[in-house]
Amino acid sequence: MTVSRRDFLAAAGATAAIGALPTRGFAQGKPIKLGAIFDNSGNLDIYGKPIVMTTQLAVDEINAAGGVLGRKVQLIQYDSQSDIALYTKFAQQLVRQDKADVVHAGITSASREAIRPTFTRSNTLYFYNILYEGGVCDRNTVCTGTTPAQANEPLVEVGMKRWGNKVYIVAADYNYGQITAKWLAHYIGQRKGTVAKTDFFPLDVADFGSTIAKIQQEKPNFVISALVGGAHMSFYRQWAASGMNKRIPLASTTFGVGNEHLALSPAEGDGILIVGNYSQEIQTPANKSFLAAFGKRFGDTKIVHELAVSQYQGIKLWAECMRKAGSLDRAAVLKAIESGPKIDGPSGVVALDAKTHHAALDIYVMEVQGQKLTIKETYKQRAPSDTAQYCDLIKNPKENKQFEVNI
Amino acid sequence: MDYAGVVVLEILYMIAFLALISAGLAIVFGMMRVINLAHGEFVMLGGYTTIACSKAGMDVYFAMLVVAPVVVAAVGLLVERLIIRWLYGRIIDTMLATWGLSLLLVGLVTLIFGTSAVSVPAPIPGYQLGSYQMGGYNLFIIGITVLLLIGMWVVLRFTRAGLIARGAMQGPDVVAALGYDPGKVYMVTFTVGAALSGLAGGVLAPLTGLLPSSGGAYIAKAFITVITGGAAVIAGTLSSAVIFCVINQLVSFASTPVIGEIAMLALAIILLRLMPQGITGRFFRSGT
Amino acid sequence: MSDWRSTGKMQWGWFLIALAVLVLLPLVFDTYTMSLLLVWALFAMSLGLMWGYAGLLSFGHAAYFGLGAYTYAIAAVNIGESSVPLLLAILVPALFAAVVGAMMFYGRISDVYMGVITLVVTLILFNFMSATAGDAYKLGDARLGGFNGIPGFPTLNVPGYPQMSLAGVPTYYICVVALLGCYLLSRWILARSFGRLLVGIRENEARCELMGYNVPALKTAVFTLSAAMAGLAGSLFANWAEIVTPSVFSLRQTAEVLIWVLVGGLGTLLGPILGAMVLGAVKLYLGEQTVIDNSLVLGLLLIIVVLGVRRGVVPTLQSWWVARARRRARKPGARRRLGSASDRPA
Repeated sequence: MTVSRRDFLAAAGATAAIGALPTRGFAQGKPIKLGAIFDNSGNLDIYGKPIVMTTQLAVDEINAAGGVLGRKVQLIQYDSQSDIALYTKFAQQLVRQDKADVVHAGITSASREAIRPTFTRSNTLYFYNILYEGGVCDRNTVCTGTTPAQANEPLVEVGMKRWGNKVYIVAADYNYGQITAKWLAHYIGQRKGTVAKTDFFPLDVADFGSTIAKIQQEKPNFVISALVGGAHMSFYRQWAASGMNKRIPLASTTFGVGNEHLALSPAEGDGILIVGNYSQEIQTPANKSFLAAFGKRFGDTKIVHELAVSQYQGIKLWAECMRKAGSLDRAAVLKAIESGPKIDGPSGVVALDAKTHHAALDIYVMEVQGQKLTIKETYKQRAPSDTAQYCDLIKNPKENKQFEVNI
Repeated sequence: MDYAGVVVLEILYMIAFLALISAGLAIVFGMMRVINLAHGEFVMLGGYTTIACSKAGMDVYFAMLVVAPVVVAAVGLLVERLIIRWLYGRIIDTMLATWGLSLLLVGLVTLIFGTSAVSVPAPIPGYQLGSYQMGGYNLFIIGITVLLLIGMWVVLRFTRAGLIARGAMQGPDVVAALGYDPGKVYMVTFTVGAALSGLAGGVLAPLTGLLPSSGGAYIAKAFITVITGGAAVIAGTLSSAVIFCVINQLVSFASTPVIGEIAMLALAIILLRLMPQGITGRFFRSGT
Repeated sequence: MSDWRSTGKMQWGWFLIALAVLVLLPLVFDTYTMSLLLVWALFAMSLGLMWGYAGLLSFGHAAYFGLGAYTYAIAAVNIGESSVPLLLAILVPALFAAVVGAMMFYGRISDVYMGVITLVVTLILFNFMSATAGDAYKLGDARLGGFNGIPGFPTLNVPGYPQMSLAGVPTYYICVVALLGCYLLSRWILARSFGRLLVGIRENEARCELMGYNVPALKTAVFTLSAAMAGLAGSLFANWAEIVTPSVFSLRQTAEVLIWVLVGGLGTLLGPILGAMVLGAVKLYLGEQTVIDNSLVLGLLLIIVVLGVRRGVVPTLQSWWVARARRRARKPGARRRLGSASDRPA
């Protein structure tokens, strides 16, 4: 018997539907609506697609475990197609038409700033689960990704201990890159190191020949990269193609987030020192069961990256907040958020900080080895100290802005 | 002194890069007056083919120099038969249809290969130039481009096919006067153009992180190079590539790559303002 | 494309019906999405005006849309009120277009070469705006912000009363007024000798020139007018999105508007408007699901439309309508072929 593709798809769909069925009955009541807007197509879908998957996974798991407040969680997912206008549009739709109870959305900082005001104005709870430049201070918003102070200091510390004092920084030319470069310079200075030079590159620059020559002219002890996105991948390739990877060590605050280590061959990527909140090599039960569940639902787990895990944990953290709040009442939910909820996720403990609505996270300094991120050092529960310098939502609950970090 | 050598080599590499990604578009535009906005995706397909073949254990040179051009040529042939041939003489409609095609190809490749960047390592190690470490593979690209341009020139100048092709540049009636069916000539031209795009994609694959959306990065540059160069396929592409790259790289070394890029684009405007028919429309008479 | 449509009679009946529908729409529909579609429609119409009538194809119309958006945002941050920024958002793109246009048209640049120059101008703006993330890029109080753009500027308010916001339904009506106003203005211009000259230039530039008309000046004028409308659309877009980012200058924005105009139909004003609204709605609809990759669908749609409906949807329907009316008026059996000879491929 031959199986036509249509039959196969129908069967696959049915299996997925059964998998998604609740295992326990839900109490009476309308479902709780969870909105999500991510780039499932277009330039940024390398980040967006795995996030969309873990979003589904997290919601299914919550429902399988009885939902939230005894009610089913209904996922309303939109594809913003890497277009800022669509973020705004779908945010409005979630607020007005769908009347979402919580929204987890946004990849780039630009997309976050495009939609955050909409949610704040309409008192729709908003989670932003992506690593970013820090500084958002808004009682309606919860940020669960890492900020520069959390991740950069460990990287600088290990890098300087290993290789020496003189550092060359290459960074993406937008908010994240600019602010990260400032923090890197700050930590390097603290440890009596020097920054040879800092170069910024717009996100579409793909030729780094002149830069690689410039770096050789400066002869730094090592290079730190905060490059972002598909075009910037070329830097690592051209770096390796010229043989520089054997001569000057490379460290990065962003490498691996877009699965760069899978795109580079072991010969090219090995030895790059990176920092982040997640590696698939984390040997905890939470991570193992998460990867197993992901594999069962979507097949290949290779594409799971930090952002996808961060999103998964963000949703689980929200569910925990709801459990503590016991109702959808806004005051109760805010109180729960500010009561220090924590979960044990695939990347370790995620503990919400009441003052900043940011999360304390475990930070891993890792080395790329054979297309895997091998953990070298673990820094447990680093606090979002950069945002905390400016932001105290307990004292100033009406605050609503993104502080620019100035060191 | 070493540094000057580094700068010169970088400039040469950039010229080769630009000429390589423009060659396919230039042939199709020069002979058929068709602007193929899916050109970038053809280049991207060449890259994906190379990577897929080399991952499957094929020799990487064979994959990039033979398999990639053949596969993309087949795609080109299909596209010409299904879409382009209905639209000859309607330059704007062709652009629109090929833009649709480019979206379609991005969607298809995303479906097949997923969105993670893929790549193959450069098969040639770096080398030492004075105290500088340089990419050896860049030299290979320069060499390939030189060979390609010489090959194109020889074919256009000295062969029967070249004569027909030069006839096609004059217009379809000239082809007909030579005793050939313009439709067939166009079909072959488009296929050859696609093969060149595939070759470019294959050869460049080891130096870039390839994504389904990578084509977009090539098309604007190739488009500007070809139009600024004017109608003559080889002389035009080469002269505008040389001018653009020298300016871009000199400014990049002196400041940043962004300012280099902006300087290059500003130069394109000035050149087109001074020479509205492209560089070769003014300085070269012959068809090659 | 030689049907001389520019002098088509203004159909006030249809116009009033459209007006009534747009005015009453907020009673049934959420105005938020409609506002965006109207903004896109205005943007497409601005391109349709110069491309469809004067035959001037810009590959970079996003430049003026984006300039309008950025001008509004920067001015609004500095002034803290919306009337002057709105005016500036029309003036700045218009002036910029006048300079670019004069440079091109007095230099006798046309066709594909004009396409490249307009494209390159857009790319320069895109590259520049993307590279302004540093602290140094500041205009008055406004940080340009690079890739992240400028968020949080004041949106439209009642003129003279900065604290009285017009967000929501009032903004929708402003979009309606902007679109219909620009439509009427375009119709009025096209019905005058200026409009006929534009069509004359499209059909035979050399002849217009020989008859003593200053063709470069006319072209520059329509280019400027079109850019002013695009700028207005851009500033309304900024108001709608409440953030401007360099993506307003992107190739995608440029390509999308080209497609809307082409699918809608060249040589009409209604075509681009409807093209933008329908295709825009399709794009938004596709965004509501995560199963099919949207580029795939849009690409396929585009190819089908180009191969199937060659002149764009509205002109095809129009000539069908006209032909039907004629058939009815004449004896039955007197058949006419749709379209004219020059529509066939060369």
